[in-house]
Amino acid sequence: MVSRATTLREPVAVVAAAQTKSHRRFEDAEPQLIMEVVNQVIEQSGLDRHDIGFTIAGSCDYLSGMPFAFVSNIDGVGAWPPVYESHVEMDGAFALFEGVVRLQLGDIDTVLVIGSGKSSPGTPRNVFPLQTDPYTMAPLGLDPISLAGLQADAMVRAGTATERDFAEVVSRSRRDAMSNPFAQVAKDISVDDLLAEPYHTTPLRQHDLPPISDGACAVLLARGATAEQLSDNPVWITGIDNRIETHHFGHCDLTTSPSTSLAAEKVGLHDGPIDVAELCVRYSPEEIVLRQAMGLADGTTINPSGGPLAAHPVMATGLIRIAEVATRLANGEGRRGVAHAASGACLQQNQLCVLDRERP
Amino acid sequence: MSALPCAVIGTGQTKYKRRRELTLDGLVREAALRALDDAGLEFTDIDAVVIGKAPDALEGVMMPELSLCDALGAVGKPIHRVHTAGSVGASTAITATTLVESGMYDTVLTVGYEKQSEGNATWALSGGKSGGQGAGGTFAPWIREYIARSKAPEHIGWLVAVKDRQNALLNPYAHLHIEDISIEKVRESPMLWDPLHFLESCPSSDGAAAMVLTNEAGVKRTGKTPAWVLAHAKRTEFSMFPGRDTTRPQAGVECAEALYKKAGITNPREQIDCAELYVPFSWYEPMWLEGHLLAEEGEGWKLTDAGDTALDGSFPVNMSGGVLSSNPIGASGMIRCLEAADQVRGACGEHQVEGAKLALGHAYGGAAQYFAMWIASAELNPEL
Repeated sequence: MVSRATTLREPVAVVAAAQTKSHRRFEDAEPQLIMEVVNQVIEQSGLDRHDIGFTIAGSCDYLSGMPFAFVSNIDGVGAWPPVYESHVEMDGAFALFEGVVRLQLGDIDTVLVIGSGKSSPGTPRNVFPLQTDPYTMAPLGLDPISLAGLQADAMVRAGTATERDFAEVVSRSRRDAMSNPFAQVAKDISVDDLLAEPYHTTPLRQHDLPPISDGACAVLLARGATAEQLSDNPVWITGIDNRIETHHFGHCDLTTSPSTSLAAEKVGLHDGPIDVAELCVRYSPEEIVLRQAMGLADGTTINPSGGPLAAHPVMATGLIRIAEVATRLANGEGRRGVAHAASGACLQQNQLCVLDRERP
Repeated sequence: MSALPCAVIGTGQTKYKRRRELTLDGLVREAALRALDDAGLEFTDIDAVVIGKAPDALEGVMMPELSLCDALGAVGKPIHRVHTAGSVGASTAITATTLVESGMYDTVLTVGYEKQSEGNATWALSGGKSGGQGAGGTFAPWIREYIARSKAPEHIGWLVAVKDRQNALLNPYAHLHIEDISIEKVRESPMLWDPLHFLESCPSSDGAAAMVLTNEAGVKRTGKTPAWVLAHAKRTEFSMFPGRDTTRPQAGVECAEALYKKAGITNPREQIDCAELYVPFSWYEPMWLEGHLLAEEGEGWKLTDAGDTALDGSFPVNMSGGVLSSNPIGASGMIRCLEAADQVRGACGEHQVEGAKLALGHAYGGAAQYFAMWIASAELNPEL
């Protein structure tokens, strides 16, 4: 395979972004969450709803426990007169990838991206084993928390991290979440206090795990001159790419993430300094793996929102990372940033999106 | 800036019968390897993979791209998963096309599949509720409305059912090979959802379809006969609201309009040589001929009745046997696009339409609310 950067012919920018509060249990239907964020980005941009070029949503039937659950989500977007739209059974961040791809064709100017999910109706620990190999692993009920525990254990044994390192990630994330109005879990708690808590899935403690959340996120993308018309502070996407690894976790070195390193190369992550990074850290050890795989410098602010350890509405979690970085850069908190999204257990699939205040 | 040209240079299909001897991995890999072989390429030549299938609940595997990435040679590459209900196979082919058209990826493998033998499709198609009406129960009232409006005689549905099964006898991949198919046999088969008899309905199939898509340089490098993707379009509307025309959905009309405009087609019935339309129940042939502007309103059934849509007719439809002969749901839309591509590549064997240069691939889904269509062309810049 020829290794080259995945280049964008058309400059694309985030011109508006919105997210719901992360709810432990949102009593109303998922389209209601979607409508809230869609209306917000439309209002922010001043765009007429009917002028949106393309809409692409990411959600998951299995969270709702109903085949075709995504069909009713369109009620939260609006589809009359008929609209040009599509859907991925992936996190909204991967929907955004398709949106960026679509804008490269030059025939439309705006794309509405949505990520939404309600994890509260089910028991995630029972549902997510269905993501693993259906013949050899799913029957064993091997769930993401157990796999995260194996990953953490591999790191401790290899000496790449300690339980104190994990607790430091959690302490910082929980504290940073106190200034995030959308966060579900926020607290000022010391590393020593965290380490005094009992094990959940050794060597992980309850606080090393994300909360169970319901929520949604929407991002409005625009290309070239349209982006500059719709926003005073468009934040440009200079690179986006994802890479996947084998699902046979026994074949992987769980202390590293080669797919993330490869994606970093493809998006030109190291073409300049990174001021802010929002990483899809669903389990605290993942932050350590990702930092190393991405080669992030000490000066980079990581997960100032508190990250997924503070709010984890599955299927929106990755898109929220992009919304967070774009919003911070638009507000002048740095010039260049990166948003990471992950799919599967043990960081099996990773996407990086580099954002920049300067138009490329 | 505009979209870069994209062409299909390799296709692969599996036999659409029950494949209890194969895993899901084995099924998708069989189609993928055949497509790569047809393109003269290997997995290492592929820059990205785009897969599609109908609901995960059909096989009970959540986000199956995660467990199929090894079988599809996707490790170390981007992989993308589309889900737009029954239209998903065509939507997936279109998304894969945009990856090439964007210039971000040179050569892309796309695969649609379903393994209905692993689950209970009617349960899943009823939103996961027991005792549901299934797809036929949803569509039958709308078909009755079409018949009432168009005054079509009842044998039209039987004609489509026979014609598509006769075409299927010429397609080795087709699930149903009913040697003695006849009007009488269709008419005498059990009534499922009035007016749909058993033999006017699609089967439950296992199968995968795959295509290799590439840019102009890829076509030149491989020297393979291309099918250029001249245009593609998608449209969606709500599943229900007062006043919705479920027989001739507006999203279907607008999808066709956008498609023909993009392709520079002004008279689709004359300029397009043949079509693979998503017809899971017999009556949808005339309904989509009208609903996608290939016939005037109320005239679609007359094309069917006159034999125009037969393999040797003036506008052949579902030369492969269509969804009525094979329905691996998540693959079915991709098969329509793939067969359209193979027609203009001259690769359809016994069900080839002589000299086909422009072919339509189509799929619909949900409550006849999702539409995805593409035009495959033998020439990059055809004279229409």
